[in-house]
Amino acid sequence: MAENSQAAQIASKWRKKRGSLIMALHEIQGVKGYIDWQDAMDVSREMNIPLARIYEVLTFYNFFKLEAPGKAVISVCTGTACYLKGNDKVLEKFKSELGINEGESTADKMFHLQSVRCVGCCGLAPVCVVNGKTYGRMTPEAVPGILDEWRQAFKEE
Amino acid sequence: MVKLKIDNFDVDVAEGTSILDAARSVQIDIPTLCKHPDVDPSAGCGMCIVKVGGRIMRSCSTPVAEGMEVVTNDKELQETRKTVLELILSNHPNYCLKCARSGQCELQDMAMRLGVDRDEIHKILKPEEIDDSTQAIVLDPLKCIVCGRCVDICQNQQNVWALSYLNRGLATKVAGANDARLADTPCIKCGQCAAHCPTGAITEYDETAKVWDMLKDKELVTVVQIAPAVRVALGEEFGYEFGKNLTGKIYAALRRLGFAKVFDTNFGADLTIIEEATEFVRRFKEKDHLPMFTSCCPAWVDYVEKYYPEYLPNLSSCKSPHQMVGAVAKTYYAQKTGIDASKIRVVSIMPCTAKKWEVRRHETMRASGYQDVDVVLTTRELAKMIRQSGLNFHHLKDEEADSPLGEYSGAGTIFGVTGGVMTAALRTAYFYVTGQELGTLNFGDIEGLDGIKAAEVDINGTKVRIVVVNGVGNVAELMENLKAAEAAGEDTPYHFIEVMACRGGCIAGGGQPKVMMPNLPKPWGVNDEIRRLRSQGLNNEDEQAANRLSHHNQSIKQLYGEYLGKPGEGKAHELLHTKYRQRDVYK
Repeated sequence: MAENSQAAQIASKWRKKRGSLIMALHEIQGVKGYIDWQDAMDVSREMNIPLARIYEVLTFYNFFKLEAPGKAVISVCTGTACYLKGNDKVLEKFKSELGINEGESTADKMFHLQSVRCVGCCGLAPVCVVNGKTYGRMTPEAVPGILDEWRQAFKEE
Repeated sequence: MVKLKIDNFDVDVAEGTSILDAARSVQIDIPTLCKHPDVDPSAGCGMCIVKVGGRIMRSCSTPVAEGMEVVTNDKELQETRKTVLELILSNHPNYCLKCARSGQCELQDMAMRLGVDRDEIHKILKPEEIDDSTQAIVLDPLKCIVCGRCVDICQNQQNVWALSYLNRGLATKVAGANDARLADTPCIKCGQCAAHCPTGAITEYDETAKVWDMLKDKELVTVVQIAPAVRVALGEEFGYEFGKNLTGKIYAALRRLGFAKVFDTNFGADLTIIEEATEFVRRFKEKDHLPMFTSCCPAWVDYVEKYYPEYLPNLSSCKSPHQMVGAVAKTYYAQKTGIDASKIRVVSIMPCTAKKWEVRRHETMRASGYQDVDVVLTTRELAKMIRQSGLNFHHLKDEEADSPLGEYSGAGTIFGVTGGVMTAALRTAYFYVTGQELGTLNFGDIEGLDGIKAAEVDINGTKVRIVVVNGVGNVAELMENLKAAEAAGEDTPYHFIEVMACRGGCIAGGGQPKVMMPNLPKPWGVNDEIRRLRSQGLNNEDEQAANRLSHHNQSIKQLYGEYLGKPGEGKAHELLHTKYRQRDVYK
């Protein structure tokens, strides 16, 4: 039953509070990791907010994910220091190696690629973070090795 | 009142007036691409900048203040505006020659006005799929300058919420939720987005080629009808003043384009009144699903089917006037003239984009076994056909419509104005109940541009409570009233409710001309002044009409006598009534 979906339950909690759409969306993503069409429809119904407004918010903030992300979330920092140190080329390498764009996941749902603005360790620039593990002094050449490392890790699970 | 100086002119305007509007009062037309009288200022386009005490501000969203000194024009402002415009143009294609809005485009006009003569900034054009999924309106994202008028109209004025912004910054685009095709969104095809779009990004779904093909085919008998609102608006496309009634010239033009017969939707409006007044009188007496809602506006019908399915039994089952003409043309008229109905094609010239959807909305729209109406063209498309044909519209002599689907009363004419359908229906309902004619034929309280207009009419001592909803955005408030009364166990606050989706009624429909007269300030397109002038055009025709009552239309009496029988029964019900179904808000 759609009424009992996780998204619907969370949304109904926030229904009475005006201006709380973004809080509800944060909570749903926190629990599920993403907000898909059905979740958005549930929020629309429970909070009596037009679906069009919900997607305006979901697509305005690139924090929100519209589908289940890959298991390994690759965050490539494109903050000032990392960008100047050449992380744009690292990002391009991830894109070509995985065959996806920023904000997308691979078809096998193993990797999700995103760019972020500064992860707070500019001294290590350029920096990438994969599921909380930080890789400093990145180069495009290091990319295939990191991907293999995570493929291996998932195989062992 | 607030006193200020604009370009050294002393200006005295009401508190809260924007600098943009204050400037207009002293004949200064500050350029803007996003501000429109119908929408709230969004400060989106950046064209309307002025200097206030040396600081550059956006005049659309800056209210006047006492003692303010405003400069609207100097070299620095001109150069800044030109740069802003060049930035907008750097994401806009240059193929004006091949655009439906060419010659009537605010962006093109602005480029001309500011003297843009080359591409100063490297162009970035993002190819996007054209959305013509509704087959009523077409959204071409490539031509969109993201001014936001359509989004404001769709969300805040119409309360439909089909259009929205997606993404942010350079990636911002106007589309349905999650980039859904418009046909899969709550879109009701009212076309108010198209009516307010400053460029060619949202237009009607062009079917003129289809009609030219029909006219070329000698096997076919292609007949045409024009809606009430078309006659007081088409002239604008040819330089006539707003609201000028050109019925006779339009008939002449249609005949010269090659239509075999020229009928009038006003005849259908009279026919609708016979059916609708009959239905209302019965339902009122039997207390059958009151309030009864009018059903002539297809955008409104679509809205109920999506947003208020619980009220579907309250909609009048009457088809809209042009559908009735189509159904009668392919049955009664075919039989009377001995023409094979399969050879008849009916083209409707409408002020409306939703009518393009209406012809296919339900299987009852094929009452004769063939589609009642084959093609709907908007007023703008008719203007296009007249231009393509080479006709000199100004010099055409007035002609009459063809019999028998051409005669009409003043009541039929006012269908095009908010409150008109209700007025026309009451005139006849009163006669049906009392056997007498109304003393005064107008109900002042339901005229004008207010959103919700209520009145009470005394019919033989019984008070009939009516209300007219002007603009579909006002429906939610009305529905709350209805539901509150129902919840409190009270009698319905209203018996009869007219709803028109577009502000002002069909005269300001999504398919009407968007021409601007040189003597009026920009932006182009419809505003309340134009709404008043077009309404006046229709109201004048009603006031001057020899017959102002649908039930005295002789051709209608003849139609019932020779063919339909009694209103609301048998053949009349089979041909002239429709059914409704719940539709998903999203597919």
